[in-house]
Amino acid sequence: MTQVEFLNIVMPFKDKVFRLAKRLLVSTEEAEDATQEVLMKLWNNKAKIEEYKNVEAFSMTMTKNFCFDKLKSKQAQNLKIVHSNYEDGNTSLQKQLELNDSVNWVSRIIEGLPEQQKLVIQLRDIEEYDLDEIAKMLDMNNTAVRVALSRARKTIREKLTNTHNYGIK
Amino acid sequence: MVLNSIEKLLEKYENGETSLKEEQQLKNYFSQETVEPHLEMYKTMFAYFSVNQQEQFTKDLPLKTKKVFNYKWIAVAAVTVLMLGFYLKTPVVSSYEEYAYGTYNNPEDALNEVTNSLAMISDHFNKGVSTVNYLDEVKKGTETLGYLNEIENTTSIIFKN
Repeated sequence: MTQVEFLNIVMPFKDKVFRLAKRLLVSTEEAEDATQEVLMKLWNNKAKIEEYKNVEAFSMTMTKNFCFDKLKSKQAQNLKIVHSNYEDGNTSLQKQLELNDSVNWVSRIIEGLPEQQKLVIQLRDIEEYDLDEIAKMLDMNNTAVRVALSRARKTIREKLTNTHNYGIK
Repeated sequence: MVLNSIEKLLEKYENGETSLKEEQQLKNYFSQETVEPHLEMYKTMFAYFSVNQQEQFTKDLPLKTKKVFNYKWIAVAAVTVLMLGFYLKTPVVSSYEEYAYGTYNNPEDALNEVTNSLAMISDHFNKGVSTVNYLDEVKKGTETLGYLNEIENTTSIIFKN
């Protein structure tokens, strides 16, 4: 397999891998490293790529496992992963700022969710995967995915409602 | 009317029962400028999702096509060279012997060659002998020295007396 062929396979979902990694690892740099690592692993096993039924789903599972390993590793325990994702909010309109602020709220709420729910929300609401696909990627059954999704959505909505009404009620 | 269906969809959404298509409808609805005040928090939620969809991985991928050099091949090459060396060794020696002594299939050729080389040897030998001829001169010199003996004889006669 040549580089071009490989890139053609990988290009469509590399952003998804990155976003999933970022969802779990929070820091952009960490997520970039993780993505690179995952894609390099794929590249090194390129001989086997044709055997995989669904390279994309396989990569997502790989990313999930890789990120979990990373979070569990000693390095992560000793050294809290630092992130400096400074937003460049050039649009100085009040409304824009407000929206940006509440968007950040959503990000913080999702960060607080259990990992399973984080993954499900990421894969469903952001990457828009089928429930069956998600179930396969995360090695869960369909109902469990649905339950996790429902819980996550409800939590986000409740917390957002709270922040919206903060100071009003 | 629209609001009603949206609220229904939202309920389904929260139970995780919406299809991707229905979720797209919700996303479209909440991407509008204005939404119902009591649904405002959903707007930020969906806005967050769509913002996150845009994020891209921009880092370069260092794809190495060059394989790590395999040192096994050095061993293989060394063994090949050794084997070649052993293989070529004997023929080289035999050809040297042939070159050194030479063989003639025709006896006449051999005779000619031998006489030629013998003639060459005698030639050079004579040259050497001719230089030795100068030794005759030395002989002459010593003969003249012989006269000194006579002088000695005469002197000894004188001293005896």
